[in-house]
Amino acid sequence: MKLVKNILESVKPLFIKGGKLEKMYPAYDAFETFLFVPDHTTKSGSHIRDAVDLKRTMAFVVLSLIPCIIFGMWNIGDQYYSAISAETNFLNNLIFGFWKFLPLLVVSYAVGLSVEFAFAISRGHSVNEGYLVTGMLIPLIMPVDVPLWMLAVSVVFAVVIGKEVFGGTGMNILNPALTARAFLFFAYPSYMSGDKVWVHGAGTDGYSGETILGALASNTSSWDNLKWSFNDALIGYIPGSVGETSFIAIIIGALILIFSGVGSWRIILSTFLGGYLTALLFNLWGVNFLMSTPAHIHLLIGGFAFGAVFMSTDPVSGSQTNKGKIIYGLLIGFFAIVIRVFNPAYPEGMMLAILLMNVFAPLIDHYIVDASIKKRLQRIN
Amino acid sequence: MSKSNLLSKRTKQLLSDPLDDNNPITVQVLGICSALAITVQLKPAIVMALSVLVVLSVANVIISLMRKVIPSRIRIIVQLVVVATLVILVDQVLRAFVYDVSKELSVFVGLIITNCIIMGRLEAFGMANGPWDSFMDGLGNSFGYAWILIAVAFFRELLGSGTLFGYPVLESLGIYELGYENNGMMILPPMALITVGIIIWIQRVRNIKLVESK
Repeated sequence: MKLVKNILESVKPLFIKGGKLEKMYPAYDAFETFLFVPDHTTKSGSHIRDAVDLKRTMAFVVLSLIPCIIFGMWNIGDQYYSAISAETNFLNNLIFGFWKFLPLLVVSYAVGLSVEFAFAISRGHSVNEGYLVTGMLIPLIMPVDVPLWMLAVSVVFAVVIGKEVFGGTGMNILNPALTARAFLFFAYPSYMSGDKVWVHGAGTDGYSGETILGALASNTSSWDNLKWSFNDALIGYIPGSVGETSFIAIIIGALILIFSGVGSWRIILSTFLGGYLTALLFNLWGVNFLMSTPAHIHLLIGGFAFGAVFMSTDPVSGSQTNKGKIIYGLLIGFFAIVIRVFNPAYPEGMMLAILLMNVFAPLIDHYIVDASIKKRLQRIN
Repeated sequence: MSKSNLLSKRTKQLLSDPLDDNNPITVQVLGICSALAITVQLKPAIVMALSVLVVLSVANVIISLMRKVIPSRIRIIVQLVVVATLVILVDQVLRAFVYDVSKELSVFVGLIITNCIIMGRLEAFGMANGPWDSFMDGLGNSFGYAWILIAVAFFRELLGSGTLFGYPVLESLGIYELGYENNGMMILPPMALITVGIIIWIQRVRNIKLVESK
């Protein structure tokens, strides 16, 4: 580390104002702050600087994703080997999944960070750390067999149209990772839905890679008659996007987020509550198999849990006020189940529900703040 | 106006301004609906642009000629009658000569009547200027409208369907064999809006004066 520090220090004069590579300063700055604690100090006014800056916050999110990543990699291997009915073991699954997951991760980071660096250099601001989390989330919400160039296109779209257009990290209206997924979903639907993409090789080798949601949405079988049990969905022995299958891994992540104070427990809880109550309501109606699926199962399958924990809690695109967070979460849960149940073409309602509520989050906050001001005014009059 | 200054500096500006700094779509943000609706393919977009060109330039001249006799309280309805007449004429011509495109454009030919660019130019320019200037203004704004429409349609057809004017460009280049797929999102209206948005973005980066102050 000392060596790296020395190298960085020795090339620094090249990058600071007046140096030869002055224009590349944001790139230098990004590397320096990524590796070491930055020595920047506040220059004007009195500010309180928290020791936990944006980069450390993002590091907590990546940390909380680790259970999902490891389980996801293992599950890629497990789903593949059980689909071709081959003997396998824990390590074998993990290694197989690692080699499938790594290219997705590399493409996501390489493309996303290149775009971020390009914008930072052309605009002359420092590279934000926001992409560290987005770049990790994107491969986790993709099917394992998504072509890498499509992933690259969607990452460019998400970073440019989802974030940089609005001014970069902290200014975006929509969650960038979900923007990437939504773009792929609408641009190349045959690679993002159906029963061919969720298990490696299912598209070419003829075995089914259907997800639980897909099976229920096609309205051929009720939850009770599916080959998956409650335990499968809870632990995550099911086909799906890389990181979304295991409820338990997601909950471990949720606990890390909540105890480190990075994720809002209000949003997470209210999203689950909203989804649960809505699903209960539809159970009473129950005219198709998605409606009659038990409410607690709805929370386990598809991307509901992953979205509730890692997507809706995005502090930039979500609600900011405490009351707002609860309303925001409840409505995400509500819309996710409504979209699932009423539109079998989009069984993954969670993505669309969160994007929709991202758009409404500032409006919710506006009215919460407004109401609070009115109440206070009444008190002084 | 004498013939010698038919193309004076002012008239040249009337032609060139709407192409860039005063573009009806990207700067005045008018006529967005048609830009979203008929830009899936190039051919209908070009026919639409030509139709608007004819309607706008002729209507501008007619209104300019009548501007002194139109009572100001009923001027909107007079303008509408003029535009509607021209649109019906254009519609009949399209049906007679390019029936397939006319069918594709369907209601959007009729909806030229409600294209805000046309009413906007009649109100803002035709009602206050001479016929020659009005004609040039109509042409300029139509060209400004046309190039955006054609640019958007070019990208949407090329990336969405892999064709240009119906000719399979990408297929003949052979890139499907490399695993390329058409982008289904380009066919959907949101991508038209995003494409227009990107043009607006580039335009404002190039000309910082266009950026609204906060």
